[in-house]
Amino acid sequence: MTVTEEPQMEIGRDRRRKEDQRLITGRTRWTDNITLPGMLHLAMVRSPFAHAKIVNIDTEEAKKAPNVVTVVTGKDLGEEQGSLPNAWPITPDQVTPPHPPVAIDRATFAGEIVAVVVARSAAEARDAAELVDVDYEELPAALDLKESAEDKVLAHPDLGTNKSALWVFDSADAGTGGNVDEAIAKAREDGIVIEREYRQQRLIPAFMEPRSTVVDPTGEQITMWSATQIPHILRFLLAAVLGVSESKVRVIAPDVGGGFGGKLQTTPEEFITMVLARRLGKPVKFTETRSESMMAAHHGRDQWQKLTLSAEKDGTVTGFKVELLADLGSHVSLVGGGVPVLGAFMFNAIYKFPAYHFQVQTVLTNKAWTDAYRGAGRPEATFGIERMMTELAAGLGVDPLEIREKNWIKHEEFPFTTVAGLEYDSGNYEAATALAKEHFGYDELRAEQQRRREAKDPVQLGIGVSTFTEMCGLAPSRVLGSLDYGAGGWEHATVRMLATGKVEVITGASAHGQGHETAFSQIVADRLGVPFEDVEVLHGDTQVAPKGLDTYGSRSLVVGGEALVRAADKVIEKARPIAAHLLEASADDLEFKAGRFGVRGTDQGMAMAEVALATFAAHNLPDGVEPSLDCDATYDPVNFNYPHGTHLCAMEVDTETGAVKMRKYTCVDDIGNVINPLIVAGQVHGGLVQGIAQALWEEAVYDDSGTLVSASFVDYLVPTAADTISFDVDHTTTPSLTNTLGTKGVGEAGTIASTPAVVNAVVDAIRQFGVNDVRMPCTPERVWKAINDGGGGDGGATTEAAAPHFDDSGDTAIADGAPE
Amino acid sequence: MIPAQFDYLAPTTVEDALVALAEHGDDAKIIAGGQSLLPVLRMRLNAPEFVIDLGRIESLRGVTEDGDALVIGAMTTHSDVGTNPLVAEHAALITKAVEHLADAQVRHRGTFGGALAHADPAGDLGAPVLALDAEFVITGSGGERRVSAADFFEDFMTTAIGDDEILTSVRIPKHTGWGAHYEKFVRVAHQWPIVAVAATVRAEGGTIAEARIGLTNMGSTPLRATTVEQALVGQPATDEAVRRAAESAAEGTNPPSDLNGDADYRRHLATVLTRRAVLAAAGA
Repeated sequence: MTVTEEPQMEIGRDRRRKEDQRLITGRTRWTDNITLPGMLHLAMVRSPFAHAKIVNIDTEEAKKAPNVVTVVTGKDLGEEQGSLPNAWPITPDQVTPPHPPVAIDRATFAGEIVAVVVARSAAEARDAAELVDVDYEELPAALDLKESAEDKVLAHPDLGTNKSALWVFDSADAGTGGNVDEAIAKAREDGIVIEREYRQQRLIPAFMEPRSTVVDPTGEQITMWSATQIPHILRFLLAAVLGVSESKVRVIAPDVGGGFGGKLQTTPEEFITMVLARRLGKPVKFTETRSESMMAAHHGRDQWQKLTLSAEKDGTVTGFKVELLADLGSHVSLVGGGVPVLGAFMFNAIYKFPAYHFQVQTVLTNKAWTDAYRGAGRPEATFGIERMMTELAAGLGVDPLEIREKNWIKHEEFPFTTVAGLEYDSGNYEAATALAKEHFGYDELRAEQQRRREAKDPVQLGIGVSTFTEMCGLAPSRVLGSLDYGAGGWEHATVRMLATGKVEVITGASAHGQGHETAFSQIVADRLGVPFEDVEVLHGDTQVAPKGLDTYGSRSLVVGGEALVRAADKVIEKARPIAAHLLEASADDLEFKAGRFGVRGTDQGMAMAEVALATFAAHNLPDGVEPSLDCDATYDPVNFNYPHGTHLCAMEVDTETGAVKMRKYTCVDDIGNVINPLIVAGQVHGGLVQGIAQALWEEAVYDDSGTLVSASFVDYLVPTAADTISFDVDHTTTPSLTNTLGTKGVGEAGTIASTPAVVNAVVDAIRQFGVNDVRMPCTPERVWKAINDGGGGDGGATTEAAAPHFDDSGDTAIADGAPE
Repeated sequence: MIPAQFDYLAPTTVEDALVALAEHGDDAKIIAGGQSLLPVLRMRLNAPEFVIDLGRIESLRGVTEDGDALVIGAMTTHSDVGTNPLVAEHAALITKAVEHLADAQVRHRGTFGGALAHADPAGDLGAPVLALDAEFVITGSGGERRVSAADFFEDFMTTAIGDDEILTSVRIPKHTGWGAHYEKFVRVAHQWPIVAVAATVRAEGGTIAEARIGLTNMGSTPLRATTVEQALVGQPATDEAVRRAAESAAEGTNPPSDLNGDADYRRHLATVLTRRAVLAAAGA
């Protein structure tokens, strides 16, 4: 026997992603690529009005159109279509309007489905949809969030109120801290009180692949393919809502082109496709257009934040009071009001606040419903606190990093129980901040900022800070239960040893671009000592991966990865007695290392692949041992997971035009041990851009009739690589103590941290002109107006109108065009 | 995003295209590069019965010289215009404007004539051709006629091209040796300009001898900043002098208000961008 070389560990290697060739070329199974014999196609008729009574729907012309099979309305479907579920009623008395997939009497936002055409081709369905004649009686629409909170116009008149739920956390009541009103009153006497109101604008997840669903009802089981993040939750809810046995429903999320929370939903379109496929007994497909996706897939954020921070004169924070209004849109969607509640535990962030109060009033309006969007609740919270800490520093005339250091949890104080009641297991804010400052050249940039101010340079420089933490790895089931969430937060994994020595890994997480196949292969390769290439990761099909709770909330690695580790470890223990038997040694004398069971003190041993083959053959197994090495594990996390980091951003502001330009962005994230640095870099870069986009570019805008103005990528500005700079990304490593691999989530970190860093930098550049806020997105117009209005102006509203580039008012004969 | 059904015609000569146009009239739309028409069709904002594709008419492509003018075929792609050495030498302002027009994919499909015929006031080509005093060659069954740029753009997305006519080429008077700059103000790179200023300047030893300035998205058509042009004549190409002249850049404009800025903000931008464009064009 030769001495085996120590193989290179897979964990920590920047492996190129296994899945990228098929994902990037698109030569794979996207839902819309699936074509089944006899398949029918759907087109949706959607309300153009934000709020309207449906007086009559005339479907006769549409039914006569070529190859139309049927046209159905909400009335036709009646009870059969069920009511879309809300999985998280945040209070027992939450007001939750019924949510039929196809509206029956009333359309409640512009884009809501009022009728469905079924035809033999997608084009014929679309053509016929134009022929459906809907007689609407327009109703007053609840559009403005603040006005809607005052019930001036009702989104659902029969409910009598727009107020859905008021959710409150108070540290004095919870016993986790003092009384915030007392802290604020005292600070008004002898300290400092910062009071601000911030707007979290409405955002559109804008995933690359529009949503698509195919349902095949022709077998014993009904199979649904859907571009979803949550095949398992979808299967459960389809069964629960439609009264079909769960065992008769198979949901497959094939390759899914992005989600960002936007596919964490059970959609009307999925329910409609299912119901019609069952009715007609034929496979049915619906694929939305980009316009439909913008208008009717769920939106994100949309809050008003009223924030009050009290501190002593030396900058020691004494209390923080958070009062939110959150726009639910027309219905309480799957997670719905739970999104702002996820922020409740994060407004106190990395700080030791003695008193804290959080409340959110969720409000129904006549707009597209809102739900999870990358970060879900935590970006809103991080923005609020990181803007406020910067304002406190400005109020006291000290450096924004200094005020943070004064209030943050010191690294020797972990584990630390926060005023919001969470126990942070680990962290080192000092180390991340020191490294970030060094990379960034903090002192040099501050000096340049001073020079530009003194020289009255038309281009001013601002420096923004964001020292964030977040809770991810959703979630300990007991905690979810205490918050009245309708499910648990565990994850499941199976490791199957094939006879050829290959390994099949089944995970209940459902990747939609994250790179699970690569990262999970690395984990299993190390754990079982098999080659990276020999591991196959299977997911996203409830028949292949029967148990799981899917992918969102930066949970796949820290919860799903832990389940995987535990399943792999069980495989080793299951293989041990078999190996011992075959080696004629005692199991206690075996040592498993680098994929091989070795007999201690000898050169005898056996590779895992050999044990797998021997188990498959089952010719010579110990008595009473089953011929299988396969193992399952279901892991329920004991705690959340707390990545943190220090983000520093330098922005140049052209004071003549208000244009902003990023000069430098440094982030040092502590995400614990890293499985694949390349995937982590991708998550950080993408996350940063998404957060920066909230700060500078993206906003879903409705006009005063409730029409979505930013309804295409002409007006909803998603950035490209041309709009961003090269980021300076580094890490400190404080391993998490709550999972075996010491990892923390990274999927949302960049998005959560970057938004306030950018806005803080913009405000820092122009604070000298009397500005203390610029409303997001910080458009050049808003920045310029803030500079010129002075006196704390935030730049205010923009004109709620889109540029009509695709208007067709031109001469018939000269149509073309190729502007942009 | 499926358009309504239409019949597709692909004539290979201008004559055949005109016959098709005469035959189908109001039921037909011409497609050049399709970068605006296809979104219109796919969003079902229009549903013509016939689409007449000019893409196979070879004679409409390319850039040639004709005495004191360059002739740009209507079907020449932005990419071909942008990389053409004759254009760079004699009409540098167009080269500069095309450089930042949309993105590479659009520049390879979209056409010079198509964009101008579409006449979106936020399009990047209107202001430069207006500033360069271009002539539009429009062909109908009765033959060719020429229309000055000043008369070509009639209103929002409306031009002097008749129902039975086709824009076949654009003649650009040579501005050899003139400095040029296109100052485009956007929030993200692939956006239509919020405001843009096309400036071309003939300088004589640090003094501005002649200046031509076109404004993008400052009204329902591309506009000329004639007051600024006149004020610049004889001025030194210095920040101070150009700043003073550029103050009247928004005079007589009627810019739109939308998500990217209201009309007053656009008027302000026009003055700043005009100064920057002129200074850059003058090499200052």
